Amino acid sequence: MNIALLLEMAAEAAPDRVGLVCDGKRWTYGDLLEAARGAFELIQESEAEYVALLDESSEAAVIAVFGAALAGVPYCPLNYRLPDADLGALLGRIAPALVIGDEERVIRIAGDQGHTVFTREEFTLKAQETYPADDAREYDPGEGVAIQLFTSGTTAAPKAAILRHSNLLGYILGTVEFASADESDAALVVVPPYHIAGISALLSSIYAGRKIVMLPNFTPEEWLRLVEAEAITNAFVVPTMLTRIITAMENGVTAELSTLRAVAYGGGKMPLEVITKALGLFPEAGFTNAYGLTETSSTVALLGPDDHREAFASDDPKVRARLASLGKPIPTVEMEIRGENGEVLGPGEPGEIYVRGEQVSGEYKEKSALDPEGWFPTRDAGYIDEHGYLFLSGRADDVIVRGGENMSPGEIEDVLLTHPAVADACACAIPSVEWGEAVGVAIVPREGCDAPDEQELKDLVRARLRSSRVPEKIAVVGELPYNEMGKLLRRKVKELLAE
Amino acid sequence: MKPGTRLKSAACDTEVMVIRAADGTIECGGAPMGEAKPDEAAPLSADFSAGTLMGKRYVDTDGKYELLCVKPGKGSLSVDGVALVVKDAKPLPASD
Repeated sequence: MNIALLLEMAAEAAPDRVGLVCDGKRWTYGDLLEAARGAFELIQESEAEYVALLDESSEAAVIAVFGAALAGVPYCPLNYRLPDADLGALLGRIAPALVIGDEERVIRIAGDQGHTVFTREEFTLKAQETYPADDAREYDPGEGVAIQLFTSGTTAAPKAAILRHSNLLGYILGTVEFASADESDAALVVVPPYHIAGISALLSSIYAGRKIVMLPNFTPEEWLRLVEAEAITNAFVVPTMLTRIITAMENGVTAELSTLRAVAYGGGKMPLEVITKALGLFPEAGFTNAYGLTETSSTVALLGPDDHREAFASDDPKVRARLASLGKPIPTVEMEIRGENGEVLGPGEPGEIYVRGEQVSGEYKEKSALDPEGWFPTRDAGYIDEHGYLFLSGRADDVIVRGGENMSPGEIEDVLLTHPAVADACACAIPSVEWGEAVGVAIVPREGCDAPDEQELKDLVRARLRSSRVPEKIAVVGELPYNEMGKLLRRKVKELLAE
Repeated sequence: MKPGTRLKSAACDTEVMVIRAADGTIECGGAPMGEAKPDEAAPLSADFSAGTLMGKRYVDTDGKYELLCVKPGKGSLSVDGVALVVKDAKPLPASD
């Protein structure tokens, strides 16, 4: 089973229907399939072992993912925001690859790795102009890896998560009805191509027959303009985007939004204040909260539109609390909460979230993380209440998720500890209306030293790491809380910072 | 029969992709399906002429067989003479 089947079926059923709009250009399913077949020829010719994308969203992402699938070569979209050294190392792990996108950068940082490099325009044009040498092409049967995504690597070197054709097809065939969308349906896709949600959005929209409208560079103004101009019916946003859209609307940016029927969100914690405002501002839209991971081919649990409206309208604090829930596991996925010793926990008991199902790969290039019974430990902590609703309490490993970007407390602490007047430091997530979570730190001044100036510490982090790591709140304490085993009790620091 | 195998109807235009299968004979329009189309078309059996729909999944009651229709036709699907039924999937709200 090959994921290219999804595009082949769309093109078989409606070859002339518009499947993709990007930068004002419109692509039919027939155009896309023909270009994917042309891309197959380019990939074969290059003898690449991977097809990589180092670019923002465009038609090239669609052509590349299906072209790679037809050729039986893993598609590996890369995060173009990574620093040169990190990106060069990732490119080295997939050499020789056919790389599409920032040609100048690939040549500069990985010119000696044997890659075949195309700009987006070259790749798209060549894929369109190349035809199979003979009609009876043997395409890959799809028994291997369709997609490889590098994890953000907050704790160690990035891991190469792999998704097989069978995982992705299991997800799409199990959750999407073929050609179920009306010809007027249109999905606005703003997630970057290297994110699992950016990939699943392409696959599910194509199989449903829903036109994809790409917005490569999100701004709230452009998002609102496109909703009106393209009569968008479906949209997926990360919480930070929704916050910015609402702020823009409150500041007077207007657009005709009556076509917008469904807004899905995920990728981070949605502040209650934001979703409550959104439900008021978009009274006609159905909201869906989706919870999923790269290793699970996207969504494994969701809170649907009816649950949102019921919770929004309820006076019962328990029902209202569901606005902060991730909803229920989808029917094709099994879910369990397990304790520290692997025991399955009951309703309301917090533990680690485990999932199992066809779409769950749980596999890295280096090794599989599945247990012998096929369960995947997500490293997310949470609980399921007595009505079956899943609540996330945080990352099992305390990663801070700021606007969809994962950051490890350790790297921030390491930088703070380089300051001569800092004896101990703890970074953890603090609630942020704009970002979902932001960085808060508690520091212990070195004996005999005055506590360093806040601005000085912020400048230190900014200079050494990315600006997203700069703490929004800094508390000065006499000592940090440790348990008897010498383990830092981050939860207590969190409470302290929340005060 | 390996998952991913494409089977063609001998009696109509139907094509299916095997998602799951056991050792029985998969038929369409009353005639066995194969990876290649026969030179001469088989007659369409009146008992198996309800037609197939693109994108629908067809299953048996025991859950041993699951076929995805990738090209529709006039025949309907069966295994060893027992008709397959459309698998009902509860539609989920679009989440990505």
